[in-house]
Amino acid sequence: MQFAIPNYYTYNTFEFARVLIIFYTLAFMKYLHNIGTYFIMIKDMFRKPTKWSVLKTLILKDIDDLIIGSLGIVAFIAFFVGGVVAIQTSLNISNPLIPKYLVGFATRQSIILEFAPTFISIIMAGKVGSFITSSIGTMRVTEQIDALEVMGINAINYLVFPKFIALTLYPFIISIAMFLGILGGLAACVYGGYGTLEDYIEGVQNDFIPFHMAYAFIKTMVFAFILATIPSFYGYFMKGGALEVGKASTTSFVWTSVVIILVNYLITSLLLG
Amino acid sequence: MIEVNDLHKSFGDAHILKGITTSFEKGKTNLIIGQSGSGKTVFLKCLLGLFEYEQGSISYDGKVFSNLSNDEKTEVRSQIGMVFQGSALFDSMTIAENVMFPLRMFTKQSKSEMQDRVDFVLNRVNLDDAHHKMPSEASGGMQKRVAIARAIVNKPKYLFCDEPNSGLDPKTAIVIDNLIQEITDEYQITTVINSHDMNSVMEIGEKIVFLKDGLKAWEGSKETIFKTDNEVVTDFVYSSELFKKVRKMYIEENQ
Ligand SMILES: Nc1ncnc2c1ncn2[C@@H]1O[C@H](COP(=O)(O)OP(=O)(O)OP(=O)(O)O)[C@@H](O)[C@H]1O
Ligand SMILES: [Mg+2]
Repeated sequence: MQFAIPNYYTYNTFEFARVLIIFYTLAFMKYLHNIGTYFIMIKDMFRKPTKWSVLKTLILKDIDDLIIGSLGIVAFIAFFVGGVVAIQTSLNISNPLIPKYLVGFATRQSIILEFAPTFISIIMAGKVGSFITSSIGTMRVTEQIDALEVMGINAINYLVFPKFIALTLYPFIISIAMFLGILGGLAACVYGGYGTLEDYIEGVQNDFIPFHMAYAFIKTMVFAFILATIPSFYGYFMKGGALEVGKASTTSFVWTSVVIILVNYLITSLLLG
Repeated sequence: MIEVNDLHKSFGDAHILKGITTSFEKGKTNLIIGQSGSGKTVFLKCLLGLFEYEQGSISYDGKVFSNLSNDEKTEVRSQIGMVFQGSALFDSMTIAENVMFPLRMFTKQSKSEMQDRVDFVLNRVNLDDAHHKMPSEASGGMQKRVAIARAIVNKPKYLFCDEPNSGLDPKTAIVIDNLIQEITDEYQITTVINSHDMNSVMEIGEKIVFLKDGLKAWEGSKETIFKTDNEVVTDFVYSSELFKKVRKMYIEENQ
């Protein structure tokens, strides 16, 4: 039996490489195009503002949907994750030389620095983000956005700007998450028998660096902007029908999370690194 | 009066509109008819400025739209009412709020003035007791009527309707057609309607533009469409048994 390599094989390898290069170039160009469109959308968001009397009601509605509507789930998650952080920390301290107040200290640090601003924002990318994408996307596929544009209304300002304003209250949610996270840690620590109330409180107050708060809230504001605009982008520029609305929500969640994680890395290395 | 001159529109390689020249008259119901996919919706969206076109011009009462400044464009747009193929009501608002929306956006009227106007137009489309319903709670025919009410509430100079009676039973369809015609005549609006419904043609076709494959194949009115020998038109008009019979009777009557 002969195993001759047919000569079209080599030809095909080149062909394959060429196709790959073209594919990646096109994919890359699509990303660039999307990024460009996104920034044009941000610019248009501030152009030709909607009448204040109308905008006011839109903002109030968005505050209700995006901020008030998220409080319950955020409080629940923050409280219990705070508890888990406290338990994990105390279980991992076996060395008697480590002071007892470390549980409170570690819980506070992880909640203020990462858990509340970043982790909660990822959850919000799922909750608020997919809500924004699907509600704007539905308006796109049912021609409601066309209806706005026909009337000469700047639909981007009308739809996205109120969400942006509503989410300037986002630090409020994160403060609550911080408070309840630390409280949850306290409850788990004391009632679970992992330490005393005094030790925990001493830990929470120990070595407090005010700049960490500033860092956490700078991050929070940036994430709020991302949460308002990226899901809006995926909803506003979607094409197709009801099925695509579902797909757009998923894509929007993925990209909002990715951008939040990357920006988190960037801000952390800039401000704390 | 809306004048269209040599309008071309493509999506990528697909040349959809291939040079359309026509005009739509004030105070009349102007119909655009043609088969599904002939480019009616694309044409209407070009007229509305929702689609950009490569070539040609569209003018509203002598003013070429693409030459206007942004403020002037907004001015023209605030005089346009549009009824979309799927109604496109804002589903977060009640029916009354939907109808009030253009007033809130573009006028400085007081709350009670707006309320009065909304009551008036909702009454005009025979929806007296639906103010507080959500669009999702209304039937298709009601949604169409709300869409018409929203389109006319701010007294537009131009009214566009994309298949206002598709998906409706013949009786409701005729009610809607007549409603649009009455309003057009009453307020001297320039009305442009997309349709592929022969009943509408017979009811309200004061001017008819027939599109085929992105070109204007014929132009006339409901009086002339049954007399024309243009094969493209007769092929479309007499595609159903009903209209074949109508034609036969028409010929017999005239012999
Ligand atoms: N946004 C778009 N992108 C690409 N092609 C489009 C787009 N909109 C319409 N087309 C194409 O343009 C052609 C004309 O479509 P159009 O919607 O104008 O038809 P129509 O005459 O309104 O049909 P119907 O009576 O079914 O509503 C179709 O071939 C359609 O595929
Ligand atoms: Mg159509």
